[in-house]
Amino acid sequence: MTSAGPQLTGYLLVAAMLFAIGLAGALVRRNAIMVLIGIELMLNAANLNLIAFWRFGAHPETLTGMMFAVFSIAVAAAEAAVGLGLVISIYRHTYTTDLDRMNRMKG
Amino acid sequence: MNAVFYLLAVLTLAGGLAAILFKHLIHSALAVTVAFGGLALLFLQLDAQFAGFAQILIYIGAVAILIVFAILLTHGSELPKEGVFSRSWILGLVIAAGVFAVLAWAVLQSVHAAPQQSAVPVVSVRDIGNALVGRYVLPLEIVGLLLTAATVGAVIVAKHETGRSR
Repeated sequence: MTSAGPQLTGYLLVAAMLFAIGLAGALVRRNAIMVLIGIELMLNAANLNLIAFWRFGAHPETLTGMMFAVFSIAVAAAEAAVGLGLVISIYRHTYTTDLDRMNRMKG
Repeated sequence: MNAVFYLLAVLTLAGGLAAILFKHLIHSALAVTVAFGGLALLFLQLDAQFAGFAQILIYIGAVAILIVFAILLTHGSELPKEGVFSRSWILGLVIAAGVFAVLAWAVLQSVHAAPQQSAVPVVSVRDIGNALVGRYVLPLEIVGLLLTAATVGAVIVAKHETGRSR
């Protein structure tokens, strides 16, 4: 683990690519569940950034980045639960999870 | 930068890419689980053991199962007739590529400013626990409240509505 090289940059590039993949998934797919999966990927990419900056930052013993990532994981779990509940609720009304056909605001 | 990092990066990115490209939703859910696992291993490689194992427990253990349940409850395993990609998929791809280009440009511009090497931080779970109930006790309480509200809210939202005409 002591080999020289731009380590932090590698992690940041992986996180940027994962974020772009998640964004593409959220924008390109029709299914609402796939959009939620894309959002989860984006949140995870942000967590990878936080952990990488914590690891290579000046004061890792203060645990700031790590705590931020742990709380972010908890909030993402809550978001997944509510989001998937919403998808199931919409499916009960319209019998579809296709976002292109969810064009009414009337219940 | 070593071989393990490259392997994990390829595993994670391939899982994410496969998740958004697979036509069947169940296959996508399995691929995104691979991506979550790769991220957990990346966290472990960054000496963040607690976050890595929390990632495995929460994402692979809970969120992936929740996604599979939602797919099965909404009959998502059947392929839609009109294809799986949105009408405006080219625009979405262009936006995602633009965002990646900007992020990669910013990261590569700051290679020299970023700290690249540092000592391995010695952080025990005891330290994390002390920090959670010490300095970070207010965020911890708020997250507890949020999780309670989210659980109740998810039940209320997904509950079958009775006494309402459809």
